[in-house]
Amino acid sequence: MPRRPFTPKVVTANLLREGDVVYLAADDSWVLRHQDAELIEDEAHAQIRLLDAERQPDLVVGPYLADATAGPDGPEPVHFREAFRTRGPSNYAHGKQASETSDASKTEIV
Amino acid sequence: MYQYTDFDHAFLAERNAQFRAQVERRLDGALTEDEFKPLRLMNGVYLQLHAYMLRVAIPYGTLSSDQMRQLALLAEKWDKGYGHFTTRQNIQYNWPKLTDIPDMLDALGEVGLHAIQTSGNTIRNVTADHFAGAAADEIADPRPYAELLRQWSTDHPEFQFLPRKFKIAVTGSPNDRAVTRAHDIGLVLKEQDGELGFEVLIGGGLGRTPMIGKVVRDFLPVADLLPYCEAIVSVYNRLGRRDNKYKARIKITVHENGLDEMRDRIETRFAELRPLFDDSAMDLLADIQAQFAPPSFRTSSLPEVSDPALRAWIDTNTMAHRRDDHAIVTISLKAHGATPGDATAEQIRLMADLAETHAYGELRISHEQNVILPHVPRDVLPGLYAALKDAGLGTANIGLVSDIIACPGMDYCALATARSIPVAQQISERIDALKIEHEVGELKIKISGCINACGHHHVGHIGILGLDRAGVENYQITLGGDGTETASIGERAGPGFAYDEIVPAIERLILAYLDVRDDASETFLQAYRRLGPDPFKAALYPETARDAA
Repeated sequence: MPRRPFTPKVVTANLLREGDVVYLAADDSWVLRHQDAELIEDEAHAQIRLLDAERQPDLVVGPYLADATAGPDGPEPVHFREAFRTRGPSNYAHGKQASETSDASKTEIV
Repeated sequence: MYQYTDFDHAFLAERNAQFRAQVERRLDGALTEDEFKPLRLMNGVYLQLHAYMLRVAIPYGTLSSDQMRQLALLAEKWDKGYGHFTTRQNIQYNWPKLTDIPDMLDALGEVGLHAIQTSGNTIRNVTADHFAGAAADEIADPRPYAELLRQWSTDHPEFQFLPRKFKIAVTGSPNDRAVTRAHDIGLVLKEQDGELGFEVLIGGGLGRTPMIGKVVRDFLPVADLLPYCEAIVSVYNRLGRRDNKYKARIKITVHENGLDEMRDRIETRFAELRPLFDDSAMDLLADIQAQFAPPSFRTSSLPEVSDPALRAWIDTNTMAHRRDDHAIVTISLKAHGATPGDATAEQIRLMADLAETHAYGELRISHEQNVILPHVPRDVLPGLYAALKDAGLGTANIGLVSDIIACPGMDYCALATARSIPVAQQISERIDALKIEHEVGELKIKISGCINACGHHHVGHIGILGLDRAGVENYQITLGGDGTETASIGERAGPGFAYDEIVPAIERLILAYLDVRDDASETFLQAYRRLGPDPFKAALYPETARDAA
């Protein structure tokens, strides 16, 4: 079977203590907003960044590479599952969407 | 209701302290996530899409007012002010922090509740008929047997690492409200020659490969309950497949080995185990049964009801109690447009208070994600309805179209492939707008957000399964499912529907039923069984029907 070409990725995980969805930024911090994540366009670099994340089990749980694409304000999710993770559930304004207007959501957390 | 003994309290305190230490060791790095994950799962802690989730067991769906109030406290203090009642009579909190969960478990322990074995490949929360102890059609109260099974299965050293999870349901009524035929073990209380016993079914289950349970023993004397269940789980533990998680449930073990082979092995194992069980289990059962004695019922009578809304609520949301002057009240957690099974802390506390004031302090949670007051004197029904209605809990829709079962789906669940909740909300809102719900009558819609079928879609009269089709939500419809004593697995109607097409499709289906039924007394399921799928498929896929014409 032919190998699928690499598509851009972000590294995402959940915080160990709080469980919040987070993304790995280019400066090695973990951020809450998808737009602030590092958009990784090279496959080898993606593997290195995933290893970087996996070396932080005291901070995050279950890191993985998620498809993303460049948007006007930064990386945007490709799959609807990842889109839900960026904002929260559709039945209540809970999760990230609850603090979308808050500066706190933009702050790096680790 | 069962009251925890000193032993029970000590066991729970020890278990909670053990888990607190495990959390601390995870946080300080002494435990890796791989080491910690099975430990947290054994205590009901999942990591879901947006946050951790704590699943609390409500054994056989029975709660006291004090326990219900404690569930409200957890929602308020450590979550976002609500809880989600599930299709296995549990409650889930969707937003706890890992660091808070040990305190939550301690708070649960204060009222005799826990989250043990609400996950993992163990024997899960034993469920029962939510009308147990109250229903007019009941042969015997199944809850003492469920409690005996809970005590037997909790921390059972042989059954902590089964091939896969294992679910047991018990009913004491021939009208099966506990979906016993879709469980790994289904137990149906029956009488034979004046003796009480069980019809025992094995190998039922939904999920990827739905199967209806098969009778492995026509009549099992009560005294043999524990050794026989132990024999079943023991045989499964040995034969069940561990090479493929999709083929690891007992339904596949039964399918691959055959019922006769399974029965032979179970009976052989039972013969070995039976002498090891002395009379102490039956002594314990007698103690448990004494605690499930009915309350001291007072006499009551329903005054004349002139309010049509109250009349409709009584007609729809109450069931026959074994005493004529009492009713079983089902409180709908399915207000039109609301999330099925969700209740706010204020609503949970109100239901606890109403149960205490008016209904002998007992509540039940149904697998259909509603709350039941099992013993309500009929004279309090008007006041009870008024209080519930003021709190958004007075919807008269039990058993109707908008009384939808829905799993959390992709709004919360890490395993889901599509959303369930907004589909349920939109169907319910649409049906309410059409004002046809009571005209349609009994119709059970069940929605799952993935093939694991937590929303029981296979046994919905109309089942909806949400899937991911090439990165887009897509919904398959099944028709003719039934979770009762006449259980059947729904048949797939045809190609799936996009997210924005599924609600109109369900509407066409319901309107078609109104057109083809004999009269108002013929339910959707009866019409489907009489006519087969064709008229319903024609409504779902009008273009295909036109092309064929």
